[in-house]
Amino acid sequence: MKHLIDIKDFSVEEINDLIKVAKNIIKSPDKYSHKCDGKILATLFFEPSTRTRLSFESAMLRLGGNVLGFSEASSSSVSKGESVADTIHVVGGYSDVIAMRHPKEGAPFVASVKSSVPIINAGDGGHNHPTQTLTDLLTISQEKGRLDNLTIGLCGDLKFGRTVHSLINAMLRYKNIKFVLISPDELKLPEYMIKVLESSGVEYIETNDIEEYMGDLDILYMTRVQKERFFNEQDYIRLKDYYILNLDKLKNAKKDLCIMHPLPRVNEISTDVDDDPRAAYFRQAEYGVYIRMALIMYMLGVK
Amino acid sequence: MNIDSIKNGYVLDHIKAGKAMEIYEQLNLANLDCQVALITNAKSKKMGRKDIIKIDRLIDIDLDKLGFIDPNITVDVVKEEKLIEKKKIDLPEKIVNVAKCKNPRCITSVEKDLDQIFVLTDKENQIYRCHYCETSLKD
Ligand SMILES: [Zn+2]
Repeated sequence: MKHLIDIKDFSVEEINDLIKVAKNIIKSPDKYSHKCDGKILATLFFEPSTRTRLSFESAMLRLGGNVLGFSEASSSSVSKGESVADTIHVVGGYSDVIAMRHPKEGAPFVASVKSSVPIINAGDGGHNHPTQTLTDLLTISQEKGRLDNLTIGLCGDLKFGRTVHSLINAMLRYKNIKFVLISPDELKLPEYMIKVLESSGVEYIETNDIEEYMGDLDILYMTRVQKERFFNEQDYIRLKDYYILNLDKLKNAKKDLCIMHPLPRVNEISTDVDDDPRAAYFRQAEYGVYIRMALIMYMLGVK
Repeated sequence: MNIDSIKNGYVLDHIKAGKAMEIYEQLNLANLDCQVALITNAKSKKMGRKDIIKIDRLIDIDLDKLGFIDPNITVDVVKEEKLIEKKKIDLPEKIVNVAKCKNPRCITSVEKDLDQIFVLTDKENQIYRCHYCETSLKD
């Protein structure tokens, strides 16, 4: 049985196929509105993430399927101490595919070992979030028309932001990618990820100045500094507003730059950027539904 | 006790000085009723100082556990007072229930029935990562 726990579970071919289907859905959504008639997606959210849950539910409903689930652990049997494996065992009988979010890292993997239906990891703590990565790849492909020959700026929390690590791992599989790593010293890309870059032979530059290489970028991926990663409130307050992207900082940027953000944002992108055609982050959120539609079909074996 | 005094058993040699007690505990040697000798700070040409453990019985030794603690240990197998084999051990690809994941966000921190599994991801630097959350044992 196929599960999606880590983006590395999917080959480049599988990812390219998903992107192709998602693009077809964007072009002719009507053709897909009954693809999953009679099928049920369970969204098991052991911690709340309204945005991701709604994206999955919208995807299934747009395919003609149905959804059930819970949106936080306190409303489920988990609060009574049931193990992940037991919950999955039961819910597997109620549904055809499960999207699961859990605060503990590795929980979706544990679920997949015992599950009778495909498991999609909808985020496990700060560990993996493969449907975000798929969303990012579709966004890049749709906005830029390619996944190779790109200079990608990654800005903000590169230390704990695993969305960024996962995107790096995914993009390394395409040709002629360059990375510009923009972060304060305290939030630089960790050593083991630098090793990944080194061993792949890809070109990368580290800087803490967001404007230094702005004119070279095809993609600018902004991230949020997450409060729960800090032991000390002062550090968080000092670093959270380290980068605030505004129109002034974009003055040297390419005309066809694509600005991305996994959302929700805090202060990293000033609202004056929202109306600029280069701001792709709201479109990115919408692409998330289309790639999840393609993914659900693939997991259910629907052509 | 020297090697001649072991009839059938093992000599764990070239243990890094100071590590013998950890191995004694990890291999549960306290539970054996045969002779077990711990020699610490023995002189060694190669290592300066080393520890040695002698076990006077051919028990089942978990070589993966041993390799994880120190891959440079050698295991001499003694039968009928003769050295019949020198086992070379290596870093195990996977260790189960030897070390615990320290990541408080790991699923193993709340589900105690799960096996604690670590996988060797970087042999050169001896990096093991948790099978569930990928946190390195050395972090
Ligand atoms: Zn772990």
